[in-house]
Amino acid sequence: MTASRRLIDEFANGSRRPLRFLGASGQLGYGVPTAPFEAGVARNPDLIGCDMGSIDIGPYYLGSGQMATSVESTRRDLRKVLVGARRIDRLLVIGSAGSAGAAPHLEQTLDLVRAIAREEGLQFRLGILPGDIDKAVVRNALRAGGLVGVDGMPDLDDREIDASTHLVAQMGMDAFQRAFEAGVDVLIAGRACDTAIFSALPAMLGFPAGVAVHMAKIIECASLCCLPGGRDTILATLDDQGFILESMAPQRCATPLSVSAHSLYEQGDPFSIVEPTGRADLTDARYEAIDERRTRVSGARWVPAAEPTLKLEGARHLGSRGVLLCGVADPLFIARRAEIQSGVSAIVRDLVCEDGSEDYQLHWRFYGVDAVAPTAPSAPPPGEAGLVVECIAPTPTRSLEVLKTLKQYLLHFGYPGRLSTGGNLAFPFTPPELLVGEAYRFNVYHIMKTPAYAAQFPLTIEDISRG
Amino acid sequence: MQLRDLARVVRSKNAGPRTMTLDVIFESGADFEHAIGSARLTPAAIGALYDLAPALIRVIPYPVCHAIKITMPRRVTAGDPGDSDVYGAQQHGRLCEIEL
Repeated sequence: MTASRRLIDEFANGSRRPLRFLGASGQLGYGVPTAPFEAGVARNPDLIGCDMGSIDIGPYYLGSGQMATSVESTRRDLRKVLVGARRIDRLLVIGSAGSAGAAPHLEQTLDLVRAIAREEGLQFRLGILPGDIDKAVVRNALRAGGLVGVDGMPDLDDREIDASTHLVAQMGMDAFQRAFEAGVDVLIAGRACDTAIFSALPAMLGFPAGVAVHMAKIIECASLCCLPGGRDTILATLDDQGFILESMAPQRCATPLSVSAHSLYEQGDPFSIVEPTGRADLTDARYEAIDERRTRVSGARWVPAAEPTLKLEGARHLGSRGVLLCGVADPLFIARRAEIQSGVSAIVRDLVCEDGSEDYQLHWRFYGVDAVAPTAPSAPPPGEAGLVVECIAPTPTRSLEVLKTLKQYLLHFGYPGRLSTGGNLAFPFTPPELLVGEAYRFNVYHIMKTPAYAAQFPLTIEDISRG
Repeated sequence: MQLRDLARVVRSKNAGPRTMTLDVIFESGADFEHAIGSARLTPAAIGALYDLAPALIRVIPYPVCHAIKITMPRRVTAGDPGDSDVYGAQQHGRLCEIEL
C-alpha cells in the first residue's frame, strides 16, 4: 500500500492522532545539511516536504526552462530526501520542481529522481503534477473577463499570452489531494503554492485548514523561523488545535517572537496567507513557548474563497544579454558620468546602427554611486566606482558588437576637464565584454478565474520498480 | 536617534515581483510604540523617502513581535530591464536613516 493511502485509510478508520511534518529544505538544490535532516527522519515524520522554487529568483529560469540550482547539488539533495523518505516508507512531497515549475523544470527533476531510484534500488509509486497552463485556457479567461493583473501588472492580450515561453500557475491543495487520494509514495509537482506541499494532507484528513496552512507557510522555509534563522530541517507536530515547531538543528530555537516574525517574511500582509481556494487569517494567531527551543502555534482561521482562482506566472524572451564589466577611479569621471553616458551612447549608436536600426537597449549601473538605490545628497562622492553596462540585443553577436564598440569609445571618451588621457576604465580582466545568456521578463503575473479550474494539473502515476 | 539605532531588524524584500515590503522589528513593545507614534513612519513620510505617492504605501503595525511592515510597489517589475535589485533585498538603507 502507498504511503498516502495508508494514512488516509488510518484516519478513515476513525483513528485520530497528531501528524508529524518534516520541512526538509526551503529551496531544494542549494544543499540540505545532513545531520539535522537525518535527525528529522529519525523522528519518523508522516510527510517529508520540500519546496524547490519560487518566483523571487526572477524571470530567467521560468523563461528559459533552466534550473537555478546546479545539477550536481540538486541531485545530491534529491538523493538525500528520496533515500530518507523511502527508508521510513513515508510520503515525500516536492513542490515547484526545478526552480520555476514549468514542464522542462519538472522533466529535469523527474529525470534525476528516476536515475537516483535506479542507482539506489528504490521502489515507489511516483505521482507527477505538471504546473503548466494551456494558453487557450488563459485566452478564454481573458475573453470572459477572468484575468486580473496582480499588484497593477498590465492587462494582457492574446499576443502577450502567446509570447510567454512558459506559463504556469501555482497549484493549490486540491491538486495534491487528488494525488494523495490516488495513492502515492513520492509526489513531485510543477509550480505549486509552497504551502500546499504541507497543508493539503492534513486539510483532507480533517485538521483545521487555517492552522494547517499557517504551519505550512512556516515550515516550507525550514528553520528560517528560528533564532538564529537557518536552512536546517524543521519538524512540526500538528494536532486538532495547533502545531509545535522544533528545529532539527540544536542551536536553532523556535521562539514565540521568532516564529511570529516569520509571518512578515516576503509577505505583503502579515495577517493573511492567500491560497487558490481561500485564505488563512492569522489575526487571532497565538504563539506560546513550550520550552527554550519549541513554540506552539494556534488560532489561524480558514476563510474559504467565493470561487477558486489561480495565480499565473509567465515569462517572455527579450533578447541576448551581454555586459561590460569595468571600474573607474577618477572622481571627475564619476562626477560627469551622466554626460559621459549620453555622449558615448550617441557615438555608439551612430556607429553600430549605420546598417540598421537601434535594435538594442543599454542599461548603465555605477556601483558605489547609485546603482542599487539612490544615495542621499549629503553622501560624500566616492573615490572609485564599479561600472556594469548591460546590453540586451536581438542576438549574442549583436550584443557583443555593441558592447565592444562601447568599451573602446568609453575608454577614450574626452570629457571637459579630463586629466587621465591614458584611458577612462580599469578592466579586471580581458575580454571585459561577457555574454550572460538570454534575457527574459515576467509578462504574466495575473489572477485567473476559469470554469476549467478543476481540470488543471492532471495527475500521472508512475511505478518506479527495482532493476 | 536614527531608526537603525532603535530597531533590531530593518530589511527589504520582494513580496511578489511587483511589490516591495520593508520590515522593521524592535526589541521591545516600548520601542515599537515609540516608533509607531512617530510622524516619520506614516505613508506620507515613507512616500517622500521612496519617491512614491502616499496612497501607494501601506504601513501595517504587527504588535505580536513589535514590528512594522511597510509595503509599496516596486519601481519596475522584478527582473525587468533596468531593475537594480531583483530580490529587492537592498532597499532598506533610506529607512535606516529616519530620525525618530
